[in-house]
Amino acid sequence: MAVVRQSGPGRLRRTAGRRLGRANWAAGVASLVWLAFVITPIYLMVKDALQTTDSYLDGGPLSLPHHLTGHNFADVFDRGFTHYLINTAIVTVASAVLTVLLAFPAAYAIVRSRSRAVSGVFRLFLAGLAIPAQATIIPVYLMITRMHLYDSLTAIVLPTVAFGLPLSVLVLSSALRDVPRELYEAMTIDGSGSVRLMWSLALPLSRASLTTVSVYSALNAWNGFLFPLILTQSDEQRVQTLGLYNFQGQFSSNIPGLMAAVLLSALPIFVVYLFARRWLVAGMAGVGGK
Amino acid sequence: MTAALPVARRRGVRAAEKGTDRAARPGVLWVLPATLFFMLFAGLPLVLVAVLSFTSWNGLGTPAFNGFDNWTRMASDPSVLQSLRISAVLTVLSWAVQTPLALLLGVWAAGRQRNRAVLSSLFFLPLLMSTAAIAITWLTLLDPNFGLAAKFGPSIGFPDGNIIGSSRGALGCIIVVVSWQFVPFHTLLYQAAARQIPKSLYDAATVDGAGRVRQFRHVTLPQLRNTIVTSSVLMLVGSLTYFETVLILTGGGPGGATNILPQHMYMTAFRDYQMGYASVIALALVALGTTLSMLIVRFSGFAKMRSTLEGI
Repeated sequence: MAVVRQSGPGRLRRTAGRRLGRANWAAGVASLVWLAFVITPIYLMVKDALQTTDSYLDGGPLSLPHHLTGHNFADVFDRGFTHYLINTAIVTVASAVLTVLLAFPAAYAIVRSRSRAVSGVFRLFLAGLAIPAQATIIPVYLMITRMHLYDSLTAIVLPTVAFGLPLSVLVLSSALRDVPRELYEAMTIDGSGSVRLMWSLALPLSRASLTTVSVYSALNAWNGFLFPLILTQSDEQRVQTLGLYNFQGQFSSNIPGLMAAVLLSALPIFVVYLFARRWLVAGMAGVGGK
Repeated sequence: MTAALPVARRRGVRAAEKGTDRAARPGVLWVLPATLFFMLFAGLPLVLVAVLSFTSWNGLGTPAFNGFDNWTRMASDPSVLQSLRISAVLTVLSWAVQTPLALLLGVWAAGRQRNRAVLSSLFFLPLLMSTAAIAITWLTLLDPNFGLAAKFGPSIGFPDGNIIGSSRGALGCIIVVVSWQFVPFHTLLYQAAARQIPKSLYDAATVDGAGRVRQFRHVTLPQLRNTIVTSSVLMLVGSLTYFETVLILTGGGPGGATNILPQHMYMTAFRDYQMGYASVIALALVALGTTLSMLIVRFSGFAKMRSTLEGI
């Protein structure tokens, strides 16, 4: 239906960059099919989370929601999910902050330095993009146990940050390249050294990319599964993704409870998406950005 | 990308800088923290995994060197070969499913129309969920008793609705779930790239009388060549991450039907506690990923990175 609105005057201007003047019906229909495929699991997840177990079992997957209840959420909280969410939040904030603290000075130096060693570092990070985290879990496990960090939140943060660094450095350095050289010179005349140049010139001018990188690393940490899986064990140190995995074993007969936990785990990000879609999408497309 | 910048031009810029620019230049110290951190927690493990492949270690105590034992064992291990085959099938099939979908969706979503903007914001929703959340949600959908699978299974050849529990259907389920999860990301790549295509190309094509399909074939597709390569590399290398989905959805089963290589490695390491042997499998993973992406880069001419703006 929305497709129809596209015809009429003003269309040419509005669709600058598009090809033909008439609406693409076939694509419109196909996109609605895809929409159904994308939305159905999310809709069912939300619906089940709000249902009582009885009405879930009786109603079948396609029934309309009835007997709405918030009981499942209370149930999930009772089982310590709040604690998992707090753990995840700690890991997320620590990872994002550490990533930015490490990556920004490095990116700044990569763009500004004339040292050969620094350009070598840039190539190192380029190559580092290709290291698959899955293939390193055994030595990472060995190192973390040797450092007596096994089953701690720190254990999750360290490799998570390390594997996020290459992309973060790349994104930040490509943003810093756009800062005009003349500005550095102008500030130098005012007597600024490298630290001041970074702090009051490079930093403010690359705020957009900094947000991108923070969002990207935060999202990665929030949704991380592999490192928590091999590096933590106790209920005390559990993050939400592992909590879900664990519930999935326990809740076999309580699907609404399980779905309530899934919904809770994604809710903070859904809310951010609602209010700061641009930043979130930029953060997710980090790789695609030129 | 920056590495592709013509060296000559960079040198030229540098020479010009030397004359006029006296702004302070940061030294090596600035990159040291990030580099050390990265080398310690990502670089060193890569070296260690190679070392561990020559040891026998049960996860406790100290790894003991055992020469080429793990290597010879892998060479004659049918289960590794089997895993390799399943990985290849899964990787190729999910590439073949995701690429056309993401490409068409991305080009479509690149349009600035209002309905497209609204719909694409919904298309990106799966990007917000963790692999664990996605896999668990789909697991309930695929439940043969109470899920959607009970309803639709019979009409696609699974009378008992147990698609995920059958060796025929399990791999298909994984492909559907990873497509649901990852197509949005690749759509994002194609959307951004399609928006960069100069409008003049389409205008010229329209003047030449090319219809929508021909414009897509002769303008859009060639212009997206670099993105297709980027997206494919990310997909093929990223297929290692399907491990998390497999672990939650099927655990490699039924009967090893979805036992992809990373899953096999994980089980060997953290269920059987044969860390040394698992390290050989891990190395095979690294080798495979690197070779694959290098092959694509070579055969697609990506290394040359011909500008798509040539001739404009």
